[in-house]
Formats: sequence, C-alpha cells, structure tokens
Amino acid sequence: MRLEAKKAPGLAQAILYPAGAIFATLVIASVLVTLAGASPFDVFYLVLKGAAGSQFAIIETLTRATPLIFTGLAVAVAFRAKLWNIGAEAQLYVGGVVTVVLGTGTLQLPAAILMPVIIACVLLGGALLLLGPAFLKIRFGVDEVVTTLLLNFIVLLFVSMLLEGVLKDPMGLGWPQSKRVIAEAQLPRLITGKRLHFGFVLALAAAFITWFIMKKSVLGYEMRAVGHNPEAAGFAGIPVRKVLIKTALLSGGLAALAGYSEVAGLKGNLTLDLSPGFGYTGIVVAMLAMLNPLGVVASAIFIAGIFVGADAMSRATGVPSYIAQVMVATALLTMVTAIMLSRYRIRWR
Amino acid sequence: MEPRHSAGAEPVLRLDGITITFGDLVANDDISFDLSKGEIVALLGENGAGKTTLMNILFGHYVADTGTVEAFGTRLPPGDPAAALQAGIGMVHQHFTLADQLTVLENIILGTESLFAPGQQRRAAREKIRRLSADFGLEVDTDALISDLSVGERQRVEILKALYRDVRILILDEPTAVLTPSETEALFRTLKKLVEKGLSIIFISHKLYEVLAISDRILVLRGGRLAGTLQSAGTNRAELAALMVGDKVEETEFTSGSPGGTVFCLKNITTLHRPGRPALQDVSLDLRAGEITGLAGVSGNGQATLSAIIEGRETPQQGGIEIEGMSVRQWSPRAALGRNIGRIPEDRHAIGMIDDMNIVENVISEAYASPRFARYGILDMKAGRAFAEEIIRDYDVKCPSPDIRARLLSGGNMQKLILGRALDGDPGIILANQPTRGLDIGAVSYVHKRLIEARDRGAAILLISEDLDEVRALSDRIVVISKGRLSEPSGRGELSVRELGELMAGHGFADEGSHAA
Repeated sequence: MRLEAKKAPGLAQAILYPAGAIFATLVIASVLVTLAGASPFDVFYLVLKGAAGSQFAIIETLTRATPLIFTGLAVAVAFRAKLWNIGAEAQLYVGGVVTVVLGTGTLQLPAAILMPVIIACVLLGGALLLLGPAFLKIRFGVDEVVTTLLLNFIVLLFVSMLLEGVLKDPMGLGWPQSKRVIAEAQLPRLITGKRLHFGFVLALAAAFITWFIMKKSVLGYEMRAVGHNPEAAGFAGIPVRKVLIKTALLSGGLAALAGYSEVAGLKGNLTLDLSPGFGYTGIVVAMLAMLNPLGVVASAIFIAGIFVGADAMSRATGVPSYIAQVMVATALLTMVTAIMLSRYRIRWR
Repeated sequence: MEPRHSAGAEPVLRLDGITITFGDLVANDDISFDLSKGEIVALLGENGAGKTTLMNILFGHYVADTGTVEAFGTRLPPGDPAAALQAGIGMVHQHFTLADQLTVLENIILGTESLFAPGQQRRAAREKIRRLSADFGLEVDTDALISDLSVGERQRVEILKALYRDVRILILDEPTAVLTPSETEALFRTLKKLVEKGLSIIFISHKLYEVLAISDRILVLRGGRLAGTLQSAGTNRAELAALMVGDKVEETEFTSGSPGGTVFCLKNITTLHRPGRPALQDVSLDLRAGEITGLAGVSGNGQATLSAIIEGRETPQQGGIEIEGMSVRQWSPRAALGRNIGRIPEDRHAIGMIDDMNIVENVISEAYASPRFARYGILDMKAGRAFAEEIIRDYDVKCPSPDIRARLLSGGNMQKLILGRALDGDPGIILANQPTRGLDIGAVSYVHKRLIEARDRGAAILLISEDLDEVRALSDRIVVISKGRLSEPSGRGELSVRELGELMAGHGFADEGSHAA
C-alpha cells in the first residue's frame, strides 16, 4: 500500500470530501442506534427535525453554533500553522473571566465604549494565555499539545477558585457563580425574546476577517508557509518564530471571544458549566471545515445541529443524547481520513 | 539483438518484460535482462532513468504492472520483499540502513536472531563475521559503534550484513557516491573477490569510468527503457555516454572568467561539532566577482554546515563574514537576501520549495514582504503570478499552470524555479549547492549555462558539488573540503583528479594535525 500525491482539491472536492465523511459518520452512528433498539432513519429524521425543523430549532442551533464558530476559527488558524492549540477550552474560560471582571459594574461606561474595551481585553487575555505554551515551544521545544491541553484543567480549576472566592456573587445564594454583567456590557438579542444574540453576528464577522487574513494577507501567507514546512519557510527568510507567536495570539484571542459571547450574549454571568466542551468540539469543527475559516461557519452550524437535534431526538425515542458526542467524535476521525484521501491516492500494490 | 553474456550457465536472476507506471510516467518500460553466476552487471543511467525503480521491483517493494522476476529458476511472488531475501538477494543502499548506536556485530545480526540470543550464538556469529571479513578483505572492528565509523567502514558493514545473510546476488546502489577514490579502489577489490567466490553483483551507477572498471556487462537505461546492453571489454566512455543520454550531449562551453575584487569573505570560521555533521575548523574563503569557485569534497565533510552559514541559516561560533569589505553582524536568511545573495539550496524538497504550496507562492517566498508583492500587509497575488509566469517563460519550466502545487513538478522543473527565484535581481553573490543533483543531462547543462552567464555579468559564485567532474568542468578555481577543513585554492586544471582525490581523502592539508586540539 502506497500513497501518491494528488493535485490540489478543487471546490467540488472540497465539498465532496466532508460530505463523504459525514455520510460515513452516519453509517457508523446508525450501527449504534440500531444497537440501542431504535431505527436509524427515525433517529436521524428526529435529529434533523430537532435541529432545523422549526423556527425555535433553527434559532437554538445557531445559538449553539456561535461559540463553536469562535473556537473552530481559533483551532483552524493555529492548525494551519501547525501550532496544535488544544487549549481553546481554557482560552474560552479566560474570555469569560475577563468579561465578568470588567462587565459586572467595575467599569461604568456607555455601551458604545464599554463593549469595545471588553472585547479588546478579552482578545488580549486569550492571546496571553496561549503565548505561554507558544513561547515554551519556540524556546525549549516543549510540545504545545501537552501544555495547552493541561492548561485547560489548570484554568478550569482556577476559574472554580475565583467563583468560590473573589468573583463569587454575594447575592447568588451560595452557588459558585459570578455577578451578572451590567446592561451596558450585554450583547443585544437579535430577535426580541429569543436566545439568538449579537454574538452570532460577531462570529460571522470574525470568520470573514479570519478568512481574509489567511487568504489575502502577508501574515496568512507566512502562517501557511510555516505550517507546511518551517525549514523551507525559514530558508526563504520568513521569521518562523515570530509567525508562530502571532498565530498563537490570534488563535488564543479568537477562542476567548467564545467565552465573551456566551457570557455577554447568552448566560449573563460566569459559571463553571459555561462550556460543555466547546473548545474541544472546535477541533472537530475546524477539521470538518478543512481549516477554511468560512467553512468553519458551516461546520459549526452542522455540529451544533447534531447536538441540539440529538437532545430533541433523545426526548422522543429514549436513545441517549450521547449519540451526538459519538457522532461528533466519529466525524473527526472520518474527516481526518477524508482529508488524507483528498491529498493522496492509495495504490494497493 | 545485443550480444548476450558469454557464459553459457543458467542465469541466477532473470527479469522479463518489467513495466511499471506512476501516473503518466513510465518508470520502467519493458525491461528484460538476466544475470549469470560470477558476473558483475552494471546498471548505468542518469538520475531518473529508472534504475532504482527496477531494483525496487526486483526486491518486491513495488509491484510491476507487467513482467516477472525469476531467481535461481523460481519465480518470485511480486510485492514480497521477504521472498527476495529468502532467495538470496541482498542490497546495499545508497543511504545506509544502520543503527548508529549499536555495534557492528549487533547491526549485522539484527533481525536474524531472536532478541534473547544466548552468548553461544553470538560467538558463532562473531566467528562467521570474522571469517567473512578475512575472506573478502572487509576489515572492520565488530565491537565498534557505527557512529564511530567512517563512511567507507559503514559501507563495509553493509556488505558484511548482506554476506552474513548468505546472499548469492548482491545489489549495490551508487556505492561510490560517498567514497574517496582510494576507498573506491578497495571496494572494487572486494567486489572482484566476491564474484570469484561465485556471487553475482548488480552495480548501479551513473559514473562511466567506474562501470567500465568494474563490470563485465553494462546495461544502459534511458528514460525507463533499456537503451542497450554492452560488453565492458568492447566499449568506451563515449559510446556509453551517447547511449545514456540519447541525443548528442551539449557540453557546457567553458570560458574563463575575469575575476574582480573580493565581494564575500569567510574569515576563520569554526563551528561546534554536532552529530552527523563535522565541525568546520578555521575555514577561510574569499569569493571574487566574476569567478566560479568550486568546492569539491566527499559528502558529509562539512559542506552542509558551510552552506547553511552562507545561506544565513546558521551563525558560526567563531569567525566572521565580510561582504564587500564590511563585517556582518546580524546574520539570518533575510540578512543574506538583503545582501543580495542568491541561494540554490542542496535539498529542493526539504528547504528549497514548500511542496504543498503552489508555484506562485513558492517563487515569491524570498520577497513576499517587499513592496513588489505586498502593500499594507496584503499580498498582491497578481504581481506574484506575473513573476511566476516570467520565470516559467524565461526558464522554460514545464507545468500546466502556476497554480499547481510544487510537489507535482519534476526535479528539473523545480530546480529551474529555484534558479529563477535565486537569480532574480541579478545577485552579486551566488551559492549553488549541488545545483544539478538528480537532474537529467539537458537540465544540467541548462543550469550550468545560467551559472556561467551569471558569472559573466559579474557575480561571485560558490559551487558546492560532490561530483568532481562538475566542479572541474565549471570552476575557475577549486577548493577541496575534508573533515571540515578547506585546502588552498588551486587554479583551473592545476591539480589532477588523482591529486584532488588525495585532498578529498584528507591528505596533504597544510595544517594537518595542528587543529586536532
């Protein structure tokens, strides 16, 4: 068995391969569904209905997709430069912490000033968190997979400490939760009375800006070059270390925005269950999008749909909603396989 | 039909009608030959002629589209390397396959016995190796670590490894590429002894004089086809060269340069020793405008380090660089580019090009941030594309479009792109490290022509090559590198091949021994 390089995939293939991966995922998931005693077709229909079958479902899916777009972008940017940021979860929580530190009345400013200030500080917070692992990688060759992954636990425990201590809401009846953000810091709802908020618009804007940076800018070129071949990039005079630092700053900042948008747009305060693994799911989102920032939007909505739909399906059929987790994890594996197949042809000889 | 080999004995190996294609490339096209007992057959051909592919088929690493391999009268199952080994076929690869941190003995028996062999077996193995090395003149200390051995000794270990497995057919892939002339002679003596004992040998090379010296019969491969089979006794270099290249070779016309002032200067450079790379010891070198300085030497004697320093990828621990008489402080690839140094790196795939990026992205890589290709942090892909098209046109690069990934280009076309990128803006200093390795003859003479053109418009060129013929053909001045030291420069034609060979082997250095401390 040998691998042969293929021509770069065209647009049709860029859609075909993720579609194939998703199809394979459904096939694998249907085995589990059958084992759980339900009909795969019923289950998938109910998932689809739960994700997109009504206005409520669609709004819920887009709301759930919002943090996934941010973490997906964070991962896509980092992975493009082969900086393996597994720590979007931690950066997300840092974004949440910064939001409640500044947004719960500490700063009394009009919304038009307060929001940009908070967003800037959130970006900075997430960026600084990833700077540490990036520095250790560049200076001492410490594997960033390990450092960023472990930082997730450290930061979560740190947030837990804050919520039991200085950030604890005195009016919170003893629950480990922060005070609520003031009205000036809140992201407005897009539709009155519905959960979808302005964070979704920010996510779309972030996706477009990230796409522009990756595709058109000098920095994006440098990041791609470093990601493909750091040796050759260095030979050509590309400052590899600086590029990695810039990548880390961008990636960490994007992930932190997920925390900001969840706190300021949806939850209103910081709790320990702010993220049910949005940071990790961002990896699947990015891979499914083949690291394309615009594709991240589509894949985030898709993944969010699976989660939202699975909840609805589970209530109707009794098949555990964990099937969503299995599907998302399987999708990562099938997608990685599909990406390889899009670049190489297998010759069985 | 070409004359068959004289011996009437049954062939030990027979390849029949081997054809294999990779995509559009026909790597081997209907190749048939056989090998007799006690015969040395040379497989001669340019890089890319299909020699290595053919051997990979023989070995079961690749499966041919059509054709069969027979050893000792039995057909080998395709795609089964174990069967080839079982049949007594052994190979010494161009790049050795030895574990550096194990001893010679351990390397030789590796894979032939269980990990928990009792001492008794070890003793038997040691005895067998001792006998083999005595029989064939392959002296080597069985208890030495591989990392302590010279290249020539490592090759002996590889040959012993094959003999230890009782091979009857030995294949050597470019065995002399890493050897000095005297080591080559020792190898040839060993090979003669091996065939006297009844082994058969396939000797792969692209060096004409070598195949004439060692083989009984020569198979010439060209573009994947068997261009001819000749008895070594009845042929000569000219005939072989013509067969190998096909159409008439356009020898690069050499005219002497007219050297100007020194523009680039390495002063007493010393580097630290690192595994696999000898340290440079007090290396000084001047490059003059309008002159090609050739650096000859056996692979792995410090060329890589020297090249990395000039490319800007490394900063020497001691000594300095002077450009146009000014001492250089900050040194990096970008600084080197800023000083107008055109660089053709040794390894096209590893550092010369980014294989997975397209041609446009690759040709702008050394100047992407300049106003020519970027404004306000945004790339001007139109300008990049125009530049790529210019190189493709001027350097005759064969590619369907500038949007394809560099990986899909042939070695020669990739090298032309690198050449176009390096020579853009008429650099005053040019480093060409192995600029023609792996290229076909047409591309080689093209590269040579471009280098001479660059010299004639006043560039100072350092040509690093392991091919002594190339260095001699192109250089106004030759310097030899051995174990990290440079010889005194000699003028064109001043030293014979023999004398250069002595220098390459490390003899005759003025400062021999004085830097040992």
